[in-house]
Amino acid sequence: MSGPAPALELRHVSKRFSGVLANDDVSFAAAAGAIHALVGENGAGKTTAMRIAFGLLAPDRGEVAVDGAPRRLAGPQDAIRLGLGMVHQHFTLVDAMTVAENVVLGAEPVRRWALDLGGASARVAELARELELRVDPAARVGDLPVAARQRVELLKALYREARVLILDEPTAVLAPPEVAALFAVLRRMRRQGRTVVLITHRLAEVLAIADEVTVMRDGRVVAARPAGGLDAAGLARLIVGREAPPRIAKRPAHPGAPVLAVRELTILAAGGASGAGLAGGAGSAGGRPRLDGVSFDVRAGEILGIAGIEGNGQSELIDAIAGLADPAAGGSSGTMILASLADPGVRYPNVVAIGEDSAGSGAATGTRAAAGSTATGGGRVDLAGTGPGRRRELGIAHIPEDRHRRGLLLDLDLAENSILGAHQRPPVAVGPLRGWLDRAAIARRAAAILARFEIRPAALGLPARALSGGNQQKLVVGRELSLPPRLLLAAQPTRGVDLRGSELIHRHLVALRDGGCAVLLVSSELEELMTLADRLLVLHRGRVAGELDPARATVEEVGLMMTGGGGGA
Amino acid sequence: MSEGKDGGPRAPDPRPARFSGRVARLWRRCRARPPTGLGPALAGLGPALAGLMPAPAGLGPAVARLRPALAPLLALLAALAAGGLLIAAVGDDPIAVYGLLLGSALSWPDGIGYTLFYATPLIFTGLAVAVAFRAGLFNVGAEGQLYAAAFAAAWVGITCAGLPAWLLAPLACAAAVAAGGAWGALPGIFKARFGAHEVITTIMLNFIAIALAGYLTRFHYRQPGDPILETRPIGAGAHLARLGSLVPGLPARIPLNLAFPAALAACGLVYVLLWRTRWGYELRVTGANPDAAAYGGIAVGRQLVIAMAISGALAGMAGINEVLGYRYRYYDGFSGGYGFTGIAVALLGRNHPAGVILAALLLGALVRGGLFVGIFSEHVSRDVVLVLQGLAILFVAAQRLPGRAAR
Repeated sequence: MSGPAPALELRHVSKRFSGVLANDDVSFAAAAGAIHALVGENGAGKTTAMRIAFGLLAPDRGEVAVDGAPRRLAGPQDAIRLGLGMVHQHFTLVDAMTVAENVVLGAEPVRRWALDLGGASARVAELARELELRVDPAARVGDLPVAARQRVELLKALYREARVLILDEPTAVLAPPEVAALFAVLRRMRRQGRTVVLITHRLAEVLAIADEVTVMRDGRVVAARPAGGLDAAGLARLIVGREAPPRIAKRPAHPGAPVLAVRELTILAAGGASGAGLAGGAGSAGGRPRLDGVSFDVRAGEILGIAGIEGNGQSELIDAIAGLADPAAGGSSGTMILASLADPGVRYPNVVAIGEDSAGSGAATGTRAAAGSTATGGGRVDLAGTGPGRRRELGIAHIPEDRHRRGLLLDLDLAENSILGAHQRPPVAVGPLRGWLDRAAIARRAAAILARFEIRPAALGLPARALSGGNQQKLVVGRELSLPPRLLLAAQPTRGVDLRGSELIHRHLVALRDGGCAVLLVSSELEELMTLADRLLVLHRGRVAGELDPARATVEEVGLMMTGGGGGA
Repeated sequence: MSEGKDGGPRAPDPRPARFSGRVARLWRRCRARPPTGLGPALAGLGPALAGLMPAPAGLGPAVARLRPALAPLLALLAALAAGGLLIAAVGDDPIAVYGLLLGSALSWPDGIGYTLFYATPLIFTGLAVAVAFRAGLFNVGAEGQLYAAAFAAAWVGITCAGLPAWLLAPLACAAAVAAGGAWGALPGIFKARFGAHEVITTIMLNFIAIALAGYLTRFHYRQPGDPILETRPIGAGAHLARLGSLVPGLPARIPLNLAFPAALAACGLVYVLLWRTRWGYELRVTGANPDAAAYGGIAVGRQLVIAMAISGALAGMAGINEVLGYRYRYYDGFSGGYGFTGIAVALLGRNHPAGVILAALLLGALVRGGLFVGIFSEHVSRDVVLVLQGLAILFVAAQRLPGRAAR
């Protein structure tokens, strides 16, 4: 850190949010032309520090320095002018616009009073070529997979001539091959002399790519050193402040009867990618079905893992089972049969203690059983034609892949968030027509979830927006697990969650399985799948590419299947 | 102006007919622009206001609960200050004008009686807009809904005039609620079924309701010989009792009637519905995040229809105040924009029933006080209340500017 001035520096920065010290005398220096990893658990203050560096937040104390000179940033415009760029965890792209339009947005090239989109496209294409970023400038962003959207965000920063790039958890949404591609791009940027600040909580990534590491814990910087001398165990100790958490101890599974039987499930493509939301984008993706003749069983007491590169049908599969399939989709066929509670092969999950006092959960179980038996008759329920509400009544819980889009009511408080999906039944809804909300029961339930899942700050009246991403995710997981479910759809259950939080969620998932719940786990983190799943299905282009035993399969085998047996995806 | 049919001496209708219409236009103009377009002066005021607000960290929990009320209050103070400058600029004494405004609005019994009377329809329409807002819907159609309701109430009052009071009055009220609810439910259905945006459809339905009621009045129920467009009077059994006959000390000439306690009761009911019942929770969840609502097993389309029906029914009750409690007939163009002013009430009241009551009382007092300011002050016309109202709304809207940067 002698020699030239650091490209980006925070000097003794403090920042307080409603009483919580998010940054406490944080000093941070990223040397020019290096890749600097900023690591720490969720809520450690990494994102806050970088939002201050990028001018999105004003520090209460301390200052930001760029190239050694202290700067007062009134907003991100100032930061951009000084050569900073930031790629947020939640992208800031306009789905309906093309890549080129998105990249130039706010910095539009003008020629003779008119927007020069042709010139912009050329410049974008040139930038993409320089860094070997595979992006089509004319593509509509809404049609692009997540990894490509991230490349658009990178291009956006580079188009504004960012010399210092801040990436907030960039790998959270990427599959392993995509992570490798991203890292290659980052290395090329380093070669060009740019500085990269990588916010992450994945140790392997830090060790793979970083030149320097700054570790934050509880709002403070606890270590800043070259990455060279560090190993995973040492780094984990710095991050957590104790020994790395033990790997999940998992007893062998004792699967019972199938809880859910999916047969020949096919969902035709309609318009844009799922999640784009807007109808009318027909065309580009047409033809290939999103899911193509998928069949499998999920049995009581097992975790069935679904591996695959994002966008190969996982989201559609989960949505179809949850009853949330896009009505604008091109149609579907196949069957989904849920075994009824009366089925002797299905043991009811013995995990009711999660998040509820025993009296309340007993009531919930009783109603659930009643609801199941009245409607099932032959012992099975065809899910076709049932809505998401009915499926929840039947015992299907769902951890959505995007907590902001579906999982949370950001402006409502934690108590209100903790009952979504459980609000139609006792113990939450009581009285005539189950019309009254039992506030005492809600408070008990919410408090139990907050305690069980170590959600901080544990204030029931706080809006969900006030929680960090990891705590928000734990809230969603806690809510879904305390229904309690008979079948859990867990999509990216630990996305953006730190080590300790992930371990907590994993432990609960395994406990749920041991209690007899059927778990369908979709994850883009192979390690998570290999650790948790009892069986592993690989999806590729909407088809089941194969089934593996995660205890015996290697990462390479799974990776090969994910990419279609060897060729590039 | 026709003679009152109830026998009591009728005060000349002192309400400025275009009062709320102008606010509505001003309001719509404000809405049409993004907040950043409000001009540098306003943008500068935002941070200034933010500086006035105590930091949340320094607030105790009890005070923190009141924080939502703080912003509209500050906006009001800022509006009064800016309005005071304006009054001084045209050559009057702000203190004297404000004193006149407050004094005439809060004198007993006439000031308070009329303030509450003016506030009654605004409570209903403000509540209507607030309920829709909570479900994520912008009901610009309260005006049409209250016209539909008012005409329905008058129709029942005319055609069933022979019924006894214990039956006729509730029946007429029920007709108003049903007509308003149905008129509100329509855009809800359009949105749920066809994705039609409620702002467009409610505006259009306003025209249809007003024109339809006007047509029926002109060709079927018109009072023969009257120069203005109004229906025949409703049966005496449909009249709502004036509070003057119930509250000692309140003269019966003040048109304040049972609709006012009904408005307060409606606020209580809406509060209970929204925050204590499962249905209210589903409605608020739909408003907070429709995707999450669907995920949580809530039928989003149905919520939209229900919310709009409730909203329309509440707006319709504003018609009860006019037809059954004051004029005892339907009268073309009677509202003059209660439905649109309801939007301002909901905004000032932060879409909360308690806030709606306070905001409606405030605007009711401004209407009452404005009349006296117009008559008794030298340079200031009663339009000053429009300015104050507009400024208050602008400041409430501006307070979002400084908040945006945080987090």
